[in-house]
Amino acid sequence: MNRAVVIGGGLHGLSTALHLARTPGWQVTVLERRHVGRHSSGVNAGGVRRLGRDLREIALSVVSAEMWQGIEALVGDDCGFQAGGQVKVAESEADLRKLEARAEQVRALGWTHEEVVDQAEVRRLLPAVAPHVVGALVTRGDGSADPMRTVMAFRRAAQQAGATIVEGSGAVGIERGPGGTLRVVTEDGSYEAERVANCAGAWATTIARMAGEEIPCGVKASMMIVTERLPHFCTPTVGPTARPLSFKQSAAGTLVIGGGHQGTNDPANETSTVLFGNLAHAARIAAELFPCVAGARIMRTWTGTEARTPDEIPVMGESATMPGLFHSFGFSGHGFQLGPAAGAAVAELMARGATNLPIAPFTQRRFAA
Amino acid sequence: MSAPEQVDLLILGAGPAGMAAAIAARGQGVSVLLLDENAGPGGQVHRAIETRAAKDDQDADGARLVLALRTSGADLRFGATLWAIEPGGKVFWSEGGVGPEARGTQARSITARRVLLCAGATERPLPIPGWTLPGVMSVGAAQIALKTAGLVPEARVWIAGQGPLLWLYAKQALAAGGRIAGIVDLSHGVPPDALRHLPRALLAPGYLAKGLAWQYAVKRAGVPILRAESLRAEGEDRLRRIVIDEVAHEADLLLLHDGVVPNTQVTRAIPGCLHDWDAVQACWRPRLDAWGNTTVEGVMVAGDAGGIGGARAAAHAGRLAALEVAHALGRLTRNQRDAEAGRWRLALNRQLAPRRFLDALFPPLPAAAIADDTILCRCEEVTAGRVREAVSLGCLGANQTKAFTRTGMGPCQGRVCGPAVHAVIAAAREVDPAAVDPFRTRFPTKPLTLGELAALAS
Repeated sequence: MNRAVVIGGGLHGLSTALHLARTPGWQVTVLERRHVGRHSSGVNAGGVRRLGRDLREIALSVVSAEMWQGIEALVGDDCGFQAGGQVKVAESEADLRKLEARAEQVRALGWTHEEVVDQAEVRRLLPAVAPHVVGALVTRGDGSADPMRTVMAFRRAAQQAGATIVEGSGAVGIERGPGGTLRVVTEDGSYEAERVANCAGAWATTIARMAGEEIPCGVKASMMIVTERLPHFCTPTVGPTARPLSFKQSAAGTLVIGGGHQGTNDPANETSTVLFGNLAHAARIAAELFPCVAGARIMRTWTGTEARTPDEIPVMGESATMPGLFHSFGFSGHGFQLGPAAGAAVAELMARGATNLPIAPFTQRRFAA
Repeated sequence: MSAPEQVDLLILGAGPAGMAAAIAARGQGVSVLLLDENAGPGGQVHRAIETRAAKDDQDADGARLVLALRTSGADLRFGATLWAIEPGGKVFWSEGGVGPEARGTQARSITARRVLLCAGATERPLPIPGWTLPGVMSVGAAQIALKTAGLVPEARVWIAGQGPLLWLYAKQALAAGGRIAGIVDLSHGVPPDALRHLPRALLAPGYLAKGLAWQYAVKRAGVPILRAESLRAEGEDRLRRIVIDEVAHEADLLLLHDGVVPNTQVTRAIPGCLHDWDAVQACWRPRLDAWGNTTVEGVMVAGDAGGIGGARAAAHAGRLAALEVAHALGRLTRNQRDAEAGRWRLALNRQLAPRRFLDALFPPLPAAAIADDTILCRCEEVTAGRVREAVSLGCLGANQTKAFTRTGMGPCQGRVCGPAVHAVIAAAREVDPAAVDPFRTRFPTKPLTLGELAALAS
């Protein structure tokens, strides 16, 4: 039996653990410093989106979209996934030109999921949208899921596949053990393993440093707003073209509003803080896009701590300094949708040293140039 | 009304702690902005004191505080709801209306060099089957109606649960001409452990005498007092009857109470503000030093919001906090602060003397007894059974349970259900409540509209 340790009990760690535990011959242990889904995995906006991805991410995102369509078969729970579509609206003719150019770019690479629609179709999709919206880019099979429910489903599925999840146990060191194995040291003891995955999110650079590897990656603190429940008026997840906003109505009726407006965070203390002066811009754009929501009461706001790489695409691949250690982090605020496929890819890398899944662009070697 | 951009001290809450702190801080030349969401000063204990006569000595203290506050030179804002505090002392609030349903309010902000939170106490919920029916409310809510509108209970009114406030309300309601069908005492008499703390409690005999007088007044009025193990509320559209140990009684109004806990809604939302589990009072309280400083620089707490001590203790804690503020702002030397503080500290200790006895005398009711189909979270209609199920699926604390079941996700952010959810999780996990995370609250701790927030985008 081969042993693997996954550092980090977020969605990516759990997905990696699930896929590896289902691979014959692997005994998997997940080490989570706090509790599963403690940081960005549990509190993100839950967007399941191919629309507007970095061109280098589209291939993996498309694989993941397939997996989301069958998420219940994968983890035994529908994770609250609803394919209500994702819509990027054009607020001007200039915006529409940009969207058309983008759709052309994606089509040229062979993908057809991004579709330009006219004003009449936007109105049909979004009856409450403001009159100045002239068109949109749409991906119909995209949608959203419930983040914490998803994390808990992956946790259960990983456990049922035989993985052990240890909460309240953080890695404080990684060493080369006898006979070429790796040893992950925690405050309560150490774990020998043939393979180790670094899925520690915003704290993954610290793990990499334990292996003597310096990978450039910072943090971000995207803020979110949730309002009171409103009667259903909006099915897709919506964002504008030239302004930062993500807007959706949950199954419960609440509005979930984000879009990357930044608060502040303190990764060392695992705290993050909403800055209302910045968040006010999200509220303003939302109210301008959907005038009917101006009177909706805000129930909560929050922000979290998430890794952000310099080029905003993830780091995935084997460590350059400690063979046997595999990185998967730095999803830069859009890793939720990639969870199922990224976990499958990393598990395959760990088990057989290679994968056919399209993760080549994500090697940390890109930063060496 | 416009607000300046900066103030020395922002105080939340015009109860005894906030009023005494504002008066004392003004006495040291500190500029003060005081926010309170009610229509006037007094807090819960001295509610509407400006429009009615004082009921007793303590209430008369409150009336004096209100007078001194009105002439202190503090900037007083009523109908003002604080909803966020950012690092660096930037405080946000909305004003222009009174009450949570008020529309047309406007968001404002100011930078305060010191923030003193005097948010008082909230009632620990007492979830019984049927407690969400119209006609069932908390003793605290009934007390507000009594003080602000002079509403006294009529028809078949039952009061159930445990705790000193239950007896105080019963006595006040009877004194105001109300009638009470009966009191359902769900406690199990005087816990033997309580007597251990009696000698120290006798240091403040007035307090104890008052407590006993309330109970005596209720008994003397001929109100039946029933000791019971179980209670549920029943009715189709509204409360029609209550069932006490499987015996039904007609009922028009049922008032529930299970003691009070510090209101930590704001402090729990501040990153780095540590709270400790108080095993005796069975509640979370912010970690404070002897002056009321929290673990966050510049953020202070005084009064019941820092631990239940009652109105007079709260006022003394407010005065001590004000001296500390004056010292921090360079208006008092350390020696001056300490010299001024001596008498207030003595008075505070005297007020706190009976606390251990009272706390031991009125332990909260056990959460394990809450039936699976009883609703805990009223906003999202989540039952105790759902919370226990979430625990069995691996949720270790209130925040995971929130994400999993939506409990505590409604407008109140767990202000109502928090203590019950926490206790149910701890009991289901069979661990010390101190080991279970409480709800992390999020700013805005009180709702504001998207439009109000949008107006802050310059």
